[in-house]
Amino acid sequence: MKIGLFIPCYIDQFYPRVGIATLELLQKLGCQATYPEGQTCCGQPMANTGCESDAKATYLHFIDTFGDFDYIVAPSGSCTYHVRHHYDIIEQTEAVRHIRERTLDLTEFLLDVLRIDRLEARFPHKVGLHQSCHGLRGLRLGKSSERMEGGPSKIHALLGMVSGIELVDLDRADECCGFGGTFAIAEEAVSAKMGKDRLGDHLRHGAEVITAGDMSCLMHLEGLIRRNKLPIRAMHLAEILNAKEGSL
Amino acid sequence: MNHAQKASAFIRDEVRTDWHNQAVWHLRQKRDLGAGSVPEWEELRNLASAIKFHALSNLDDYLVQFEANARANGVQVHWAATAEDHNRIVYGILAEHGVKKMVKSKSMLTEDCHLNPYLEIRGIEVIDTDLGERIIQMRHEPPSHIVAPAIHIRKEEVGELFHKELGTEAGASDPKYLTEAARGHLRGHFLTSAAALTGVNFALADTGGVVVCTNEGNADMGVHLHGLQIHCMGIEKIIPRAADLGVFVRMLARSATGQPATIFTSHYQKPKPGGAMHIVIVDNGRTEHLGRADFRNSMKCIRCGACMNTCPIYRRSGGYSYGHTVPGPIGSILTPGIDMKKHSDLPFASTLCGSCSDVCPVKIDIHEQLYKWRQVIAEAGHLPASKRWSMRVAGKVLSRSGWYDFFGKLARRALRRMPRFLVYNRLNPWGRSRELPEPPKESFKEWYKRQKPAP
Repeated sequence: MKIGLFIPCYIDQFYPRVGIATLELLQKLGCQATYPEGQTCCGQPMANTGCESDAKATYLHFIDTFGDFDYIVAPSGSCTYHVRHHYDIIEQTEAVRHIRERTLDLTEFLLDVLRIDRLEARFPHKVGLHQSCHGLRGLRLGKSSERMEGGPSKIHALLGMVSGIELVDLDRADECCGFGGTFAIAEEAVSAKMGKDRLGDHLRHGAEVITAGDMSCLMHLEGLIRRNKLPIRAMHLAEILNAKEGSL
Repeated sequence: MNHAQKASAFIRDEVRTDWHNQAVWHLRQKRDLGAGSVPEWEELRNLASAIKFHALSNLDDYLVQFEANARANGVQVHWAATAEDHNRIVYGILAEHGVKKMVKSKSMLTEDCHLNPYLEIRGIEVIDTDLGERIIQMRHEPPSHIVAPAIHIRKEEVGELFHKELGTEAGASDPKYLTEAARGHLRGHFLTSAAALTGVNFALADTGGVVVCTNEGNADMGVHLHGLQIHCMGIEKIIPRAADLGVFVRMLARSATGQPATIFTSHYQKPKPGGAMHIVIVDNGRTEHLGRADFRNSMKCIRCGACMNTCPIYRRSGGYSYGHTVPGPIGSILTPGIDMKKHSDLPFASTLCGSCSDVCPVKIDIHEQLYKWRQVIAEAGHLPASKRWSMRVAGKVLSRSGWYDFFGKLARRALRRMPRFLVYNRLNPWGRSRELPEPPKESFKEWYKRQKPAP
């Protein structure tokens, strides 16, 4: 099984530790993942701003870079969703169809392909789970609170395999954090207020760490945490799944 | 002002924003309980969506069938292509009967057509009888929500307003007391008016009847008191059969407020003995919108307001930030169809979180349509220059590995070395209330390359 590791651009540039945790986790589980060094971005920033035509070249670059794998795994529900859902504006060649089918979020790969039921991970801390919207409502990694039906939560299943972890309940289980790509800049006031409110919910319930399947949400929340010196840390899900005693 | 500027002004009063957020979220919570009480909720959504799709796809047949059945019941049916036509028709009916004062139950359509000012300058007084609508009518404001039009106003403010307008005790804010006062006040208007106008929730093609859902009974009270009744509806209100109504009645109030059904579900089928019943069927841009393949799904909307209640942006920016009759997510996909350039900001007033699409009882793909409107708006050249050019540059850099690596490293290095005032200033909206990520010396890619054994 040839596995291509896709590390989204903002993780590559700003959060290499998340890429490292993802790679180490896959290696621990016996997977030889390759990181194609020509990779850049999925193209979502342009497309979500309305500029799909400016994103096309990036889509084609992604297809060129990842054409050679059985699975492409990314620690991001949002970028995965973008490739699977929005790469419909380029010609649907066999390579494009293959990549759109086989690009998976890390949680999907661990549970649906590797079918793991245990992990060697320990994280004895109180954790608040932020449900990133594109993973939850785009990839259906769990049941959104609006829907009255839906499968069990993949992220909860994985966190349940981590020893010592204590998940806190929240008042609003899956409200958006307010990042939203260029929304964070164009609608700065609402974006920041949404993030502040999300963090308030986690803090009120005693979370020491806020985690999510998408680092983009956490980049926005971490920006608020650091500015306001809030007593909570942002960590990507992969870091917790890869955690050893003393990883905080 | 665009949505972002209005939202920013709204949020400046953070206490009020928190109150508004919680008041509207409360409706969402009640909706969750209501929807959760129906085991086949998701099946009902599929059914409702399919019935609406069928009705919209065969609108020409069903409208004609509806008209024939309504006429057979003795109803006078009018067709209005535009808002102006609608207003002229309603005024014509009222003038013919010499009406000087009319009571009106809630109708977003007449709001959209600006019926009240049209009639008022022609000497006809219009009294909105829905409590929320009466409050905003007294304040000379438009609705900020389609189900709860006065949800942005606190009870203390209603107390002040009623003290001034109705002579209630100064400082009184008890909802029961204020509602009683409004009730007495409205009774007087009901009795002294000469006609009743209502909106329409559903029009039944197979019976020619219309259905109006209210919690206050104000539509009924008006219609029952007066010989002349007028019902104004958009063409999309048609459902094929009375037998289909149950699907929608079970979902409408649950989605709006969590109630199993509205307190009153009123059926109007024929004129009273000696009275007259008119139905005005309005297009006003709806046919054009139905012609837009990517956006026609939005015409399924039954105006429950659930997408507003769930929207984290609406709750923190208020209904007025959307600048049109129907605010929130559904408004953001309907309004650009009316004037794309003027309302080009609305599809961007969203994080595309998708909560609106999941909460929608008729399964409108609202967030997908927001995404599509963004493409249409950019294509038409209505993006702000800052977005247009930054995305063009991003598209160039992100499609070339060498450029991406080079600019990534450069940006990280610059961020590490630049003094704070050069990074955090008014040119950096991100940094107004957030820190930028701490740029690491080494990217993941650089780290990965270092791991490989030397050749």
